[in-house]
Amino acid sequence: MTGTLAIVGFGLSTIGPGTATGLIFAAYISGVARQPEARSILQPIAFLGFALAEALALFGLVLAFVLK
Amino acid sequence: MRFVPFLFSLFIFILTNNIFGIVPLIQFPTMSHIGFPIGVTIFSYVTYHYVAIKKHGFSKYVKDICFMPGIPKPVYLILTPVELLTYLVTRPLTLSMRLFANMFAGHLLLLVFTLGGEYLLTSGLILKFLSLFSFGFAIGLSFFELGIQALQAYIFTLLTALYIAGALADEH
Repeated sequence: MTGTLAIVGFGLSTIGPGTATGLIFAAYISGVARQPEARSILQPIAFLGFALAEALALFGLVLAFVLK
Repeated sequence: MRFVPFLFSLFIFILTNNIFGIVPLIQFPTMSHIGFPIGVTIFSYVTYHYVAIKKHGFSKYVKDICFMPGIPKPVYLILTPVELLTYLVTRPLTLSMRLFANMFAGHLLLLVFTLGGEYLLTSGLILKFLSLFSFGFAIGLSFFELGIQALQAYIFTLLTALYIAGALADEH
């Protein structure tokens, strides 16, 4: 079986950011479900949190390509 | 308030450069080459340090970073290295890496689906039909990329604004 260890490492490392994204948007949905008026207040915070978590997933991807 | 021109120019600059990635004849998201996000990050980095030093004075600023006021003494052992690393290394690194990695990954995805569709098109008869899905996916991804590009420009500007506000803030 051939392939690069780097991509396997990246695949494993996406457990973290994937879980984080799920948690962030679960909290956002719960907040909007309790109080629909809070939708536009919580939305920027949800997207900020998502982008910060996504950054780590993409570090993994870039480093998997760079450090073969 | 006086940083609005700077932040707005930053946002529009990053957004325009990102959108170049899906304009049909250009198709080159500038920020997907590591030099450009580094250049933009240097602006942010110098700005928030300069603003803090101009407001608080150099030695007081260094003391504030290393020994944040209002924290019990033994915690400084762990806190000082972490804070120093954050202020000097982690913030610019993550700012530039976030922008670079998002644009790089998006461009890579678009390339995969477009080139894959073209490869399927030059293969057997059944695979020619599948290339339709590949191209369709590439089109869908282009719109998704538009959203991600706007989001990344917004995040960069928001974080810069946050760092500047933190630099200008008075004592906790």
